[in-house]
Amino acid sequence: MFRRTTRRALRTTTRRTARRTALVASAAVLTLATGCGAADMTRQASPFANAGGAKTVTLSVQSWVGAQANVAVAQYLLEHELGYRVDTVQVDEVPAWDALSQGRVDALLEDWGHPEQEQRYVKDKKTVTRAGDLGVTGHIGWYVPTYFAERHPDIKDWRNLDKYADEFRTPESGSKGQLMDGSPSYVTNDKALVENLDLDYQVVFAGSEAAQITQIRQFAKERKPFLTYWYSPQWLFEKVPMTEVKLPPHEEGCDADPAKVACGYPHTPLQKYLNTDFAETGGEAAAFLKKFRWTTEDQNEVSLMIADQKLSPDEAAKAWVQRHESTWRAWLP
Amino acid sequence: MATITAAPARTLPAFLKNRAVAKLAVLAVLALVLVPLAHARWASGTWPDALTVDLSGPLTGASDWIIDNRDSHPLFLYFFGHVSNAVVLSVRAVYLALLAAGWAGVTALGAFVAWRAAGARLALGTAAAFLACGLLGMWVPTMQTLALMTVAVLASVLVGALLGLAAGLSDRLDRVLRPVLDTMQVLPAFAYLLPVVLVFGIGVPAAVLATVVYAAPPMARLTALGLRGADRGVLEAVESLGATSRQRLLTARIPLARKELLLGVNQTIMMALSMAVIASVIGAGGLGDRVYQALASVDVGAALAAGIPIVLLAVVLDRVTGAAGAGDSGAGAAPAGRRAWPYALGAAVAVAVAGRLAGRTDWPDAWTANIAEPVNRAVDWMTGHLYTGIPVIGGTADWAGRFTTWVLDPLRDGLQWLPWWSVLLVVAASAWLIGTWRTTLTAVLAMAAIGVLGVWEPSLDTLSQVLAAVAVTLVLGVATGVAAARSDRVERLLRPVLDVCQTMPQFVYLIPVVALAGVGRAPAVAAAVVYALPAVVRITAQGLRQVDPAALESARSLGATSGQQLRQVQLPLARRSLLLAVNQGVVLVLAVVIIGGLVGGGALGYDVVFGLAQGDLATGLVAGAAIVCLGLTLDRVTQPTDRRTAKGA
Repeated sequence: MFRRTTRRALRTTTRRTARRTALVASAAVLTLATGCGAADMTRQASPFANAGGAKTVTLSVQSWVGAQANVAVAQYLLEHELGYRVDTVQVDEVPAWDALSQGRVDALLEDWGHPEQEQRYVKDKKTVTRAGDLGVTGHIGWYVPTYFAERHPDIKDWRNLDKYADEFRTPESGSKGQLMDGSPSYVTNDKALVENLDLDYQVVFAGSEAAQITQIRQFAKERKPFLTYWYSPQWLFEKVPMTEVKLPPHEEGCDADPAKVACGYPHTPLQKYLNTDFAETGGEAAAFLKKFRWTTEDQNEVSLMIADQKLSPDEAAKAWVQRHESTWRAWLP
Repeated sequence: MATITAAPARTLPAFLKNRAVAKLAVLAVLALVLVPLAHARWASGTWPDALTVDLSGPLTGASDWIIDNRDSHPLFLYFFGHVSNAVVLSVRAVYLALLAAGWAGVTALGAFVAWRAAGARLALGTAAAFLACGLLGMWVPTMQTLALMTVAVLASVLVGALLGLAAGLSDRLDRVLRPVLDTMQVLPAFAYLLPVVLVFGIGVPAAVLATVVYAAPPMARLTALGLRGADRGVLEAVESLGATSRQRLLTARIPLARKELLLGVNQTIMMALSMAVIASVIGAGGLGDRVYQALASVDVGAALAAGIPIVLLAVVLDRVTGAAGAGDSGAGAAPAGRRAWPYALGAAVAVAVAGRLAGRTDWPDAWTANIAEPVNRAVDWMTGHLYTGIPVIGGTADWAGRFTTWVLDPLRDGLQWLPWWSVLLVVAASAWLIGTWRTTLTAVLAMAAIGVLGVWEPSLDTLSQVLAAVAVTLVLGVATGVAAARSDRVERLLRPVLDVCQTMPQFVYLIPVVALAGVGRAPAVAAAVVYALPAVVRITAQGLRQVDPAALESARSLGATSGQQLRQVQLPLARRSLLLAVNQGVVLVLAVVIIGGLVGGGALGYDVVFGLAQGDLATGLVAGAAIVCLGLTLDRVTQPTDRRTAKGA
């Protein structure tokens, strides 16, 4: 009796494996046979997607923690409430637009404003669809640590920056003050700004958000003065309080010519975008991602758990989900 | 080559008989004629604007064209589309097979293969390595990386073997392919991710293709070497038996080249694995992606948890393929194995099936160990205590600051201050002294191309970082290499450390390095030193050990002290190895200094990352091309006249 069950189980397993192998093999043969047919590479999902026959959604993650927080919570709810399998791909914003258009990823949850990409993919090619506000407003600016701003209140105006240039010097910036910029994927006009506002500063690119955060924390530990490009919402403000330095006010179109920019950065309501096909046929997952909308405080709560308490994104999302049921209930289709 | 330069020397005065002096004299004459001309026409210190070509217009045009035509143009539909499709399907097939085998099955089969190829000890090691990957909670990413690697390695081996076959059988093809392979080998992988991404989009196909470009050359080179090196006597014997040329190839030349072929596979695997991490920047998934994501949240512990499986895979694959290549050690290690292996295979399959039946194909969540937390605590402690304020010697940040101010700044400013033609002259002189007029020409043209591309200043900035890092690497590397060559104990102790340094993904170092040295060029240099050191240590130690024992013996009998033996016998005799160490050091340092763009290295590395992040082909590709040119220049300038066999020691 026992033996028979095992054998049957064995047979079903082998049969299942065989069927799967046959499927893969026939797909391979199909491509070979249709070698003369067209192969649209804009319709190829990741080879790791849908393994084991699950419904899969692929989300793009950008390098900053806020974006990780969005994705972590969306992923947790998609997996635990809607029964999807979620794949994530780490990719910067601009390549993410391209990946969205190609269907390599299904959604971009936090876009900081890329008019050129929007024109190309949303308006012209119609391969990407808007999915509404994320609910968070982003703002870029120049910041000094609050402990420094309290000692020197006049630092809060850009006109007084030159007075303190010496204090912001590092070996890397040489004889000028250091303005630390971050990842190359960020939207920034800082080089032009320093030039056009005629400041005695040298822009030093940290090259990645991770490097920038690490450096800021080292400075803060020693309570050293520093001037950095930074943005909100950002969890680091909780750990290292920073005060914004006022730049000339932003007006519509004042940053149109990158060489002549002499104004600060706008406040941007962050946007979500979906692959058009996915938006139309993505079923519950697409409906859920369109409704996903939370606040700056929510996002920071999750970000802080990920980046500072070193919880995994999944654990952080779980903790937030347990505490905010009323918020996310409304997102479910 | 020597004949060409020596020929005029015969008619020249006696002091010019010396070849080096003759070369320099020729250069001096050339400079006397050309420099005033150049100076009269473009009197500027940096590269003259008149000699640059602005490629941003055409490059942006090309990038737009690709994006607009990617889903409709026949080139994409009928060629790239199928390539991409084939890659996706094969990676998927391997991945599903691995998942279907389950963790028990994969471990058992892995151990079985290792046992057949390399004996019982490595079989145990392999099984332990797989289990460790699971224990770290990295089973699924490990399988994704393994699937990607399998396809990439197979493709690289296939492409490499075909190229190598062509080069091995035809002298003309060999001459044509040689510079192509040379160039492929000095390309830092980071530089050509962008064009691949543009054509294939982010994801697995782009990653696999970038890996093939990176990993195929050693296979090609070693295949050609193996075919050319086949024993003449055996070949003649086979020929006298009346074998056709195809039979000769299949029955004699390829089997005789077995050792080189397997070494080629080994090299290809190692390079593909190091690329698997870099490719995470373009969405390859797997372990590399975990390292990269951990980096984004400044989580060294999590990065390490994903980095360790990469190291384990690398060490296991290296040892297993290495043992298989070392001759008959596989059979020798398990003489009884000849009869036992069907049983072992049966046992491995049984384990896989049992795992499936038990419904345990996924690694159980409960069996994972969280190493991230303790590691992060250790890193925090270290950076907290070493960063600054240590009495007398100062903290790491102070060192980095001093290194930047006293070494990097003067070096960069000096290089950028030098008139452009004098840089070309220095390049020409150093390349010619060590190599041939051909390598000199390549070096000078590559350096000039940097100017033409309009990135002279950032390239010299990068060059200054490379030079500083190479200097540090050589000082540390040769000293350690000497120590390792003179004591077996030191060498045994060093081996695992070197393995880890060499195979740990560079991304893992970046955050601790910033935490210790602050943002800037110093951490980029530090990361490069850590990465390039092992190769230099290994080559130096090997070179010193290979010094003819008779020479040493005679020196000893003449009463030379151990220091004298080292300075007057071993080091001069190992000159060739030392030069190779310099060359490898330079190539490896360049590859990491570029990645240093991620921690404030600036210059070309930053431009490449910028191009990738902003989809800006004009910036990224020009910087990438400049890196390639810089790589070529540096390689040629440090290249001993005869070729090396493979990259990565």
